[in-house]
Amino acid sequence: MIRLPDPKPDVLARRDAVIAGLRAAVSDAEGVIGDPVSLKPYETDGLSAYRQMPLAVALPETTEEVAAIMRFCHANGVRVVPRGAGTSLSGGALPLADAVVVGLMRMNQILDINYKDRCATVQAGVTNIGITNAVSDEGFFYAPDPSSQLACMIGGNVNMNSGGAHCLKYGVTANNLLGLKIVTVDGEILHIGGEHLDAAGYDWLGLLTGSEGQLAIVTEITVRILRSPEGARAMLAGFASNEVAGECVDSIISSGIIPVALEFMDRPAIHACEAFAHAGYPLDAEAMLIIEVEGSVAEQDDLLARLTAICERHNPISLRVSQSVEESLAIWKGRKGAFGAIGRISPDYLCMDGTIPTSKLPDVLRRIQEMSDSYQLKVANIFHAGDGNLHPLIMFDANDSNSFHRAEKFGADILKLCVEVGGCLTGEHGVGVEKRDLMPFQFAEHELEQQRRIKSAFDPDWLLNPSKVFPLRDQNTLPHAA
Amino acid sequence: MIASEAETRIASRIAAAREPLLVRGAGTKSGMLRPVQAAATISTTGLTGITLYAPKELIISAGAGTPLHEIETALAEHGQHLIAEPPDLSALLGTEANTQTLGGVVATNLSGPRRVAWGAMRDHVMGIRAVTGRGEVIHSGGRVLKNVTGLDLCKLLTGSHGTLGIITEITLKVLPAPETVGTIVIPGLDADAAVVALSAALGSPYGVSGAAWLPAEAASRLLHPSDAGRSITLIRIEEFAASVTYRTEKLRRELGVPRAEILGDRESRALWRAVRDVHALPVADGDGIWRVSVRPSSGPGVLRAVEGAIGYLDWGGGLVWLAGPATETIHREIEAAARAAGGTWTLMRAPDSLRGAVDVVPPEPASLAAITRRVKEAMDPRGILNPGRIYAGL
Repeated sequence: MIRLPDPKPDVLARRDAVIAGLRAAVSDAEGVIGDPVSLKPYETDGLSAYRQMPLAVALPETTEEVAAIMRFCHANGVRVVPRGAGTSLSGGALPLADAVVVGLMRMNQILDINYKDRCATVQAGVTNIGITNAVSDEGFFYAPDPSSQLACMIGGNVNMNSGGAHCLKYGVTANNLLGLKIVTVDGEILHIGGEHLDAAGYDWLGLLTGSEGQLAIVTEITVRILRSPEGARAMLAGFASNEVAGECVDSIISSGIIPVALEFMDRPAIHACEAFAHAGYPLDAEAMLIIEVEGSVAEQDDLLARLTAICERHNPISLRVSQSVEESLAIWKGRKGAFGAIGRISPDYLCMDGTIPTSKLPDVLRRIQEMSDSYQLKVANIFHAGDGNLHPLIMFDANDSNSFHRAEKFGADILKLCVEVGGCLTGEHGVGVEKRDLMPFQFAEHELEQQRRIKSAFDPDWLLNPSKVFPLRDQNTLPHAA
Repeated sequence: MIASEAETRIASRIAAAREPLLVRGAGTKSGMLRPVQAAATISTTGLTGITLYAPKELIISAGAGTPLHEIETALAEHGQHLIAEPPDLSALLGTEANTQTLGGVVATNLSGPRRVAWGAMRDHVMGIRAVTGRGEVIHSGGRVLKNVTGLDLCKLLTGSHGTLGIITEITLKVLPAPETVGTIVIPGLDADAAVVALSAALGSPYGVSGAAWLPAEAASRLLHPSDAGRSITLIRIEEFAASVTYRTEKLRRELGVPRAEILGDRESRALWRAVRDVHALPVADGDGIWRVSVRPSSGPGVLRAVEGAIGYLDWGGGLVWLAGPATETIHREIEAAARAAGGTWTLMRAPDSLRGAVDVVPPEPASLAAITRRVKEAMDPRGILNPGRIYAGL
């Protein structure tokens, strides 16, 4: 179980005064929540095994209101946990008992769409899919597409540097941003970047992206929007072993083709998704690849023919090239519904998120299976094969605390394995509280200390989303002395 | 990524340093930004060699002092390339060609024409090892393509011009190099009409990977004989051969220039290399060179606003290269034009008298400058790494 810091007793004692201060900062009376029943929905996020009621919730509608909240909290030594849609799988938005949750969901306006310069400026509470929906009539889209894109908000995407299934070609959130409006811990409003590329000076845009709400509150984002390709089509290939599927991935990468997506599923994932989506997945295969290409119909035909030839060299058990948009959607439906599918066969599951060098996949999957046997918990693996991002879904029963603890240990062992083979603890979900205590497996203490000093440069009193990312130290609950 | 002897030597030297150090690779870009007042130089040129190349994982790692051409050659042997197409600005900056190091292009975050479609150098730095101003060796990122573990110090160090740490080893994402390159050449457009065309091209579904406009005096330096005396608007497609043919044809029709010339592979590669390396600007000794980044539609306005400098547009209009007399007057005009467009500028080359006297990049508002100062102190508490390179007194 992950330890949270002791709340500041003086802040808890001043709860009424804090709520009054927030009410002064937020114009709408319903924009501040203090009663326990209304606070309840904010006690957890996508890592629902952890729950903690916050001191209060503030729901600002403008950057100026965020600034007023931050000035008040800063002046009064109150901790702040920023929150978007609350979909974090790493507990990035988990409240603290003495903290104000600043929810950005009311800041849901699209402020500007600039097609000629191919960018859009939106508030932090716009959903990821909301950006694409706003520009799709003109044939544009916003590229990063995390699985939670219907719900998750762009402000959260920026804070976690979210990825998706199409990163091999289009990159992650950091690669698709131009500018931010942020509020500093002491309530100053700053503009970072703009509508142009590569602002001179230090890359604050890059540093803030993925900083897990610990450096500033992001209130507005200018994203790049891209013109959609003429079309896209997927193919599906089943293989007799993880090794062979891995070799096929190598051959595809070596061929010079850059597929827009290259997804790998192991046998348990194939079966769970097929039962859910009836996408025609090969149930006799040990591993399956979904490969997607883009372009005109003729270009798709050409690329899919090349890919078919490559797959055929690896003795596929099954090979199916989608003949239509509908068939491609069906192929994707299983993959995109993976979490729901696992949810149907197991009451609860942990979605892990490590990255490994692609060449280590067969070895890593074998060792995960060994762990699965020894922990007596089932696991299904989904893998962004193009970029090495592995999502083991560990199934457990939350009503059985022993099962949950074994699942957590199992997950931690997988992530340590990812680091051991040359990868990392998290590819796109963030460290949050979930992987906080594993950080010493990836970083030496002096390296963590260096990162802490950077946080301190933005937030000297450690008021912004503390107790995440960095392992707690006794003094970590106090202002950090750099 | 493991410690090398050269890295250990750098770390001990920094730890023992009592005075400011000029951090330097091959020195091809030391004329950028502000002059550094330092007692001694510390060089990364001992940190050489490719330490890991896994073509099937799209990853290459090398010491920061490795000459960039060595890396490009190794990648080409496997049909891969550096995605951001970093320029060799030696001709422009008056330094030795083909000597720049990997560390140099990462520390300056310089990207070429492909940046507009495929990202900057900073977008492809997956891992970094560096020696901080404390003399400690740290790493950030790693050797995998997707990694959000901890603060992204790769982004912070990339483009920091050696002021926060000495980058010792870099891991880059690479991609398959395109089979074929094709270029649509539209002659005779003025800058505004060109940017409209470039915007339409970049907003098309055809994956345009280069979009530039050169006025006649710059175009003539690229020796494109059929269009002498006229401006040229250039649109690049990089794909498999059949796709290049299909996409250039289709785009040419959609842009309403069905008779615009389409350059083949060899000519295209040579032309875009010249655009990348800024061969089109006439530069006299003692001239100033500026690089302005604005939203693409503001590029033509920047060119117009700066009298007395000659320039051209890349990145669909968003990157403005300017050359002219290195006077404070012209510098102020460029500052004002970039600021009016909500953009940014970098003084790439000028005599020390000018670059020591002006803001070589936009100054930051006070509250951000305070953060900058604290971050600098966090990385380099004694202020010994390239002091004053980006901001005076920092």
